[in-house]
Amino acid sequence: MADNIQLDVARYSPEHDDSPSFQSYTVPLRKDWVVLDALNYIKDKVDGSVTFRWSCRMGVCGSCGMMVNGEPKLTCATFLSSYAPGPVRVEPLRYFPVVRDLVVEMSDFMTKFRKVKPWLMRKEEKPLSEGEYLQTPQQLENFKQFSMCINCTLCYAACPVYGLDPFFVGPAAIAMAQRYNLDSRDQGAEERMDILAQHEGIWGCTFVGECTKACPKNVDPAGSIQQYKLTAAMSWFKSLLMPKASK
Amino acid sequence: MSVPTARSVPPHTPYHPRWYRTPVSTYWWMQQWSYFRFVLRELTSLGVAYSCVILLCFIRALSLGPEAYEALQRRLASPIVILFTSISLLFVLFHTITWFSLSAHAMAVRVGGKRIPGVLITASNYVAWLVVSGILVWLLLR
Repeated sequence: MADNIQLDVARYSPEHDDSPSFQSYTVPLRKDWVVLDALNYIKDKVDGSVTFRWSCRMGVCGSCGMMVNGEPKLTCATFLSSYAPGPVRVEPLRYFPVVRDLVVEMSDFMTKFRKVKPWLMRKEEKPLSEGEYLQTPQQLENFKQFSMCINCTLCYAACPVYGLDPFFVGPAAIAMAQRYNLDSRDQGAEERMDILAQHEGIWGCTFVGECTKACPKNVDPAGSIQQYKLTAAMSWFKSLLMPKASK
Repeated sequence: MSVPTARSVPPHTPYHPRWYRTPVSTYWWMQQWSYFRFVLRELTSLGVAYSCVILLCFIRALSLGPEAYEALQRRLASPIVILFTSISLLFVLFHTITWFSLSAHAMAVRVGGKRIPGVLITASNYVAWLVVSGILVWLLLR
């Protein structure tokens, strides 16, 4: 294995640049190094001005998502050696506005995330004296996969629909809505359906399926959207057949 | 002091820096094989539509009598139509196989509380395809 590897890092300074450009750095190619280690090496030893987000270094916080050789990746979970002999191209997450270098602006995602009401909604809370809402392992299993999302937004960077239609709610937010819809303690599915059964919601998805491939937590957002489409279609059909029974 | 031009000093304020938005190319679907395969999957639905139209033409010809049926068969036997039909068959096969592989994601089937593995859902699609094809072959050859 070679001793070094070249990293081509996208640089953008809002004060000085009209558009991003690439800057090349040579870093040690260590077997146990991930791309984030290489970026931290650059930041510490070579060029302190390189700007990027990171926190936990263990695939939990979802901060260090970037495009590595054109693919959305958590840089803390992407080994440098997989790209040997290099060069490795590191860019900010696709389809998001770039704030500086590798840092993207995520407000759009945060707004959409809140829009789907990702919390337990009850029509009526039971009194505290009755204790907690119990759940069987099977009921937990129904939504557990979707609850693994770490909001890293790699799925947004993988989704061409989001790139082309900025109003699209997007994979992670819809998967999170589904996470609460499938929770036996939740009663807000109808309310979320009103928000998501629209063109910018589930029907905007054309099932490219790249969000599922990009997800580092195997959440399968594409699957959740298709399953949601089925629920929405059944609900529409039911309201057509039995208009009085629906709300 | 000279007024800075937009090019020399891009508009920038401390609390709302100027973001850079990468434009999405018209040819986005050619920049990644998976995107291209997706567009191909969508386009191959034209092959499915063509097959449906041909089937409807056959049904109509059947209702009009043996002469109309033979005339349609003759028309479809021309080399250009055979070529077109062969391409359309490839399209239909591509469309079918890609959708079968995606069905595992779209369907969350649970038996006894456990979700059935995706491979089984895809496999059951192929089995159903084989069974229907077998019935058709039996009907035609009996």
